[in-house]
Amino acid sequence: MKASRRVTVIAGVLVAGCMLASVALVHHLDQVRTGASLEEVLYIPSPKALKRMSLGYDGLLADVYWTRAVQYFGTKHRVGAKRYDLLAPLLEITTYLDPQLVVAYEYGSNFLAPAPPNGAGMPRRAIDLQEYGIRNNPNEWRLYYELGFIYYMDLKDYAGATEAFARGTRVPNAHPFLRLLAGQMAEHAGDLQTARMMWTATYQTSTETAIRANAAAHLRALQVDEDVTRLEALVASYREQTGHFPASFSELEAAGILRGTPVDPLGHPYKLMPNGRVEVRSPDDFPFIQKGAPPGYVPPEAPKVLPTD
Amino acid sequence: MNGRIVHIASNTFREAVRDRVLYNLIAFALLMSGAAILIGQISINIERLVVINLGLTAVSLFGIVIAIFIGIGLVSKEIEKRTLYTVLSRPVRRWEFIVGKFFGLACTLVVNTVFMAIGVFGALLYVSHHFQTADGWVLVALYFIILQFLIITSLALLFSSFSSPLLAAVFAFSLFVIGTFAEDLRGFAALTQGFTRWLATGAAYIVPNFSALNVISSVAHQQPVAGQLIFYNTCYALIYTAMALCGAVLIFEHRNLK
Amino acid sequence: MAAIEILGLEKTYNVGFWRKKPKCALRPLHLAVEEGEIFGFLGPNGAGKTTTLKLLMGLVYPTGGSARILGMEINDPRMKAQIGFLPEQPYFYDYLTARELLEYYGQLSGVAAKERSRKVEAVLARVGLPDVGGVQLRKFSKGMLQRVGIAQAILHDPRLVFFDEPMSGLDPMGRREVRDLMEQLKLEGKTVFFSTHILSDAEALCDRVAIIHLGELRGVGRVADLTASVHGKVELVWEGTAVPAALRALGGECHVTGDTVRAVLPEASQDAAIDALRREHLRLVSVIPVRTSLEDYFVQKLQPAGAVAGARS
Repeated sequence: MKASRRVTVIAGVLVAGCMLASVALVHHLDQVRTGASLEEVLYIPSPKALKRMSLGYDGLLADVYWTRAVQYFGTKHRVGAKRYDLLAPLLEITTYLDPQLVVAYEYGSNFLAPAPPNGAGMPRRAIDLQEYGIRNNPNEWRLYYELGFIYYMDLKDYAGATEAFARGTRVPNAHPFLRLLAGQMAEHAGDLQTARMMWTATYQTSTETAIRANAAAHLRALQVDEDVTRLEALVASYREQTGHFPASFSELEAAGILRGTPVDPLGHPYKLMPNGRVEVRSPDDFPFIQKGAPPGYVPPEAPKVLPTD
Repeated sequence: MNGRIVHIASNTFREAVRDRVLYNLIAFALLMSGAAILIGQISINIERLVVINLGLTAVSLFGIVIAIFIGIGLVSKEIEKRTLYTVLSRPVRRWEFIVGKFFGLACTLVVNTVFMAIGVFGALLYVSHHFQTADGWVLVALYFIILQFLIITSLALLFSSFSSPLLAAVFAFSLFVIGTFAEDLRGFAALTQGFTRWLATGAAYIVPNFSALNVISSVAHQQPVAGQLIFYNTCYALIYTAMALCGAVLIFEHRNLK
Repeated sequence: MAAIEILGLEKTYNVGFWRKKPKCALRPLHLAVEEGEIFGFLGPNGAGKTTTLKLLMGLVYPTGGSARILGMEINDPRMKAQIGFLPEQPYFYDYLTARELLEYYGQLSGVAAKERSRKVEAVLARVGLPDVGGVQLRKFSKGMLQRVGIAQAILHDPRLVFFDEPMSGLDPMGRREVRDLMEQLKLEGKTVFFSTHILSDAEALCDRVAIIHLGELRGVGRVADLTASVHGKVELVWEGTAVPAALRALGGECHVTGDTVRAVLPEASQDAAIDALRREHLRLVSVIPVRTSLEDYFVQKLQPAGAVAGARS
């Protein structure tokens, strides 16, 4: 009289089983065709054609391409890729479809401009992207900041950076640090302090997780560089006084040169080597350090960018 | 397969054919021949590309529309016209009816696709005067399109087993669109955090994964299709179809046919 | 063995979208139909006849109770091979011909391939459609579709047939033919269970009837037994224009027409009325029992619920 129990049980079990199997297969498929949906970018003759094909749903499509760009860079970056050929077209398509998507320009300056493995190494294309963004959003101070950032960090073109920051100060409601930066450029270009200021600004004003994590890693590296320089100077002066290297930091402490055991930005004590060098405990945690790594240290293929706290 | 399923399937096929479903082939033929002539006149060096892109996209869209619009009516029309009563008062089990209906429409779509495929190859021959080995991959793309039809048909049946035809059409079509972006959806899900991530990932894995079944543009660029992809896609499409069909059977088995 | 055995079958639908209210379509129904009889299932529209048939066909699931057909469970395919069903106002696949449709149903019922076309032709002739087998069903009139519906129900030579409103949509000739057909089926030893709201059909055909109203069984039995229980009436006619006072007291309605008086009285007061006429020396012309029909029974049975309108077709 009732619905057949046998049919119910068999169909129910099959639905559950097939669902599990299909999820597993989707997982396999994703591995078989990593980035396959991205490759179609190569077949798209121009963002213009794509915009026409999107039948007016270009906002949605821009979001799709934005996600693709983030996925593309994130996945490749994690395995330490040396080339990011599709990042530029992906960001260009995204911003063509939605020119107001500021975060995409931000992403471009942080990851399209730097040299591999930390970026695509295309500063010129990144600059074009910012200029395109500025044409479409002339009142967005952030874009001038990003433009100056690329000139400063990746091209070491301090004049270009000064001009970009100066242009930014003329935008209504511009962030006050643009004026500060523009002033800083003349005297302190190339200073550790200026770099620190810029990375702090990026860290504080960005909302994108990857960009913040990247800025935090740079800030930590700057801190390590500064600490190591200072500590090694202390060790050198101790040696001048005593004629030998200190065996540990406590020796320096006893001599009244140092207060407490110095720790790196992650809270681990610095190591003092017998030859007077100062090193971080695990250099892999600080992908951008100039100092503090053991001699002959080879950084891992994939830079380890720790999540922000 | 038992005899009753075959009879129900062949009756469904016959009804679809007599209901002039295959008339869409005329529209398709006009489109292909018009496109072939036009492209032959104006394009230089990309005739094959355009013919394959246009042809396969048309095959896919025509089929999807047929699958959805006939699929949603397969069950509801029989209830509405009370023909289902005369079928189920015979020694036919409810699941046999669903499965038979599915195979009937699937056969219709395969036959339809075969005719359209002939049209695509005809247009290809017209614009480039000979076939190339790489054109074989077009067959694989067509095979993937048929796999898409199976999934869509089973979904249309599933939705029509519990909702009105109009809603079922909306559901099926939305799932087709979402499924086309399934890979991006998994990308979106990966960007979220916590509970949302858990939920979004689950949803992204359960929607039909049409993106892997769409190789039209790569085939148009004469890229080969990996054997592994063919294998996994086949398994996936068959399993997904079975899942949706079992869901339809489950709902239909418990339904009061008022 | 009973052909149909219904034990407390009941069905409650939940209606409404948001707050579902239970609506009782069929109260617990007990009924047994013997093999070889024509059984009428009577009731006004919306009484629960179609619900009962759908329950028996396994199209809807009961809220409670059970039923057995030909001694087998509902949904048993072996049972279903031996029954035929005509739904109310049937409608078929538009683009099939009558012959193709019947072939299809024959296949589903498991009629052997070699017998199929012979049976299809025979049944087409039997329902009076011998010449239109090759015509697509969308060109059929309502009456012709009803005949096709009957054809598909008896095509596979079932032991038991269920007809839901078999006469609807038919002209008087057609109704007569369907009546004859049901009688033939009975002669062939088959059981016929049909629902109708047309009483004269039931009265003329049925061995037994059941009366259902608002989902509740109101009476079962032979037509003669049911009508016997209804209090009969007599019609008295006498000469003259006088109406005795005693007769008025008996509660008769008296009509004076020309030089005779006609009165209709309850059967029980027949003798007292005749005595009263004798005392007055009035000449009695006739005493005729008024024939009690199923309709009276029907009206009487449905009266308490106050829904007579549906009973008169």
